[in-house]
Amino acid sequence: MRGEVFMRESIVSLKNVSFQYENQGRNALQNVSFDIFDGEWLAIVGHNGSGKSTMAKLLNGLQFPQQGEIMVCGIRLNEESIWEIRKKLGMVFQNPDNQFVGTTVQDDVAFGLENHGTPRDDMILRVEDSLKKVKMDHFLNQEPHHLSGGQKQRVAIAGVLALRPSIIILDEATSMLDPKGRGEVLETVRALKDEKSLTVISITHDLEEAAKADRIIVMNQGEVYREGTPEDIFSMDDELVQLGLDIPFSIKMSNAFRQKGIDLSKHYLSEEELVNELWTYRSKI
Amino acid sequence: MDISLQNIEYRYQAKTPFERLAIKDVSIDIPTGTYMALIGHTGSGKSTVLQHLNALLLPTEGTVVIGNHEVKAKQKNKNLRQIRQKVGIVFQFPEHQLFEETVEKDIIFGPMNFGVSEAAAKERARLALKQVGLAEEILEKSPFDLSGGQMRRVAIAGVLAMEPECLVLDEPTAGLDPRGRKEIMDMFYSLHKERNLSTILVTHSMEDAARYADQIVIMQEGHVVKQGTPVEIFSSVSELVDMGLDVPEVVRFQRSLEEKLGIKLGATYLSIEELSSAVAELLRGAPV
Repeated sequence: MRGEVFMRESIVSLKNVSFQYENQGRNALQNVSFDIFDGEWLAIVGHNGSGKSTMAKLLNGLQFPQQGEIMVCGIRLNEESIWEIRKKLGMVFQNPDNQFVGTTVQDDVAFGLENHGTPRDDMILRVEDSLKKVKMDHFLNQEPHHLSGGQKQRVAIAGVLALRPSIIILDEATSMLDPKGRGEVLETVRALKDEKSLTVISITHDLEEAAKADRIIVMNQGEVYREGTPEDIFSMDDELVQLGLDIPFSIKMSNAFRQKGIDLSKHYLSEEELVNELWTYRSKI
Repeated sequence: MDISLQNIEYRYQAKTPFERLAIKDVSIDIPTGTYMALIGHTGSGKSTVLQHLNALLLPTEGTVVIGNHEVKAKQKNKNLRQIRQKVGIVFQFPEHQLFEETVEKDIIFGPMNFGVSEAAAKERARLALKQVGLAEEILEKSPFDLSGGQMRRVAIAGVLAMEPECLVLDEPTAGLDPRGRKEIMDMFYSLHKERNLSTILVTHSMEDAARYADQIVIMQEGHVVKQGTPVEIFSSVSELVDMGLDVPEVVRFQRSLEEKLGIKLGATYLSIEELSSAVAELLRGAPV
């Protein structure tokens, strides 16, 4: 099991969490329970309206569940603990234009630190350090509207990093970016995760992105529908399509080969593995 | 309705110290019934070109021909309203433009603005709603009580209710989940087929460009650098990669397979079905 390679120590835990928005007949989240482990990259996928963004709002204390409890780094999340928890858990939102508050890149990154009362000397160091980490340290005094979408999201990540969190939540943080911007952001987060052993929760409907996670949770109609490694999840095939999701390209390709009588060893192969598999197949003929 | 851009140039804030050349010497022909994909990086001039297609921007050089209207640089241009009625643009995140109290009022706003009677506009609203796959019941709802995907559809219905002869789509599925994306793209494609509606799709998705378009135009730094059918465009992978653009997954896969196996398939395949058939045939007939 791929899950065994890291220490399975729970860093976030949800127990029987239900949540309903005002004036809505149905629960946006219905009796949701799961753990997120220290140092893992967890992808939460689901169709629009499946409850995945509601989950992000609950984890960050923008909303509170009507039922159940959420623990973050051993602290029970409630209105008193939320400020403590927000230092541990940073969030990057979908729209790069809606999360810029500063008039320059460095002001923007400093904003969160100011709110937390960080001393000025320390603040300057942290701002520079986090901008370096996302490779935006040459843009200290740039105004945000001169930046590309990918650059803006990297500054947003720096703003989160400056608070030295243990957990980063990406709430569809790449869905409004072009392919280049998307790549920039994901690479940045991946490097940070490896370097600082961050826990990453990526809420997304990009299955190619989810394919690279350690573990995937599939949400449907406010409930946890399935949980497993990418390999487990992608063996669901058409079931994923029925849930409003898609199948990664390499699976579609493998399925087409199987239909044409070419036997492949495994169900889920990455593109590279699939190419190698076909090479082996050919050399056996 | 044929559209033709002839050697157009556009400068933002011309004759001011802030003047900036956005596109230069751009010529594109879009005969009636074409489905064209416009590809290029952010900042390549796609959006500037797009805004010429219904005279939101007027060229600083060259001529834009839209049906039997001509828009020429440095001339007083009349009848722009008629052009705007014929070319409907679905901008990025069009739901941000919803503003009325009810879905119905929002959809009929456009047609009534162009002199369609209220009764006729309401009829169009009903039809447009059906086309985008929404139930009539939501006509009386506030657009702001709808889900994001529904809002997107209402905004698109507002453009369809204008009964345009040409539809311009600027990243119409950004932010939608895979099913929503496919439903919307399939809907535009069937409108295109059923009504011979010219369609211009501005997109970052090479998959969509390969699947739906019959012509692809690539822009870079304000110029048209390449134009052709999807097969022509995606046959020169290295050229696209040099421009920093993606290729469809199926094309990328074909290339890495060809490299690994040390072979060359006869053609460039744009669908999984075609590629898997070609490869299966090759493997079965493979010499030892």
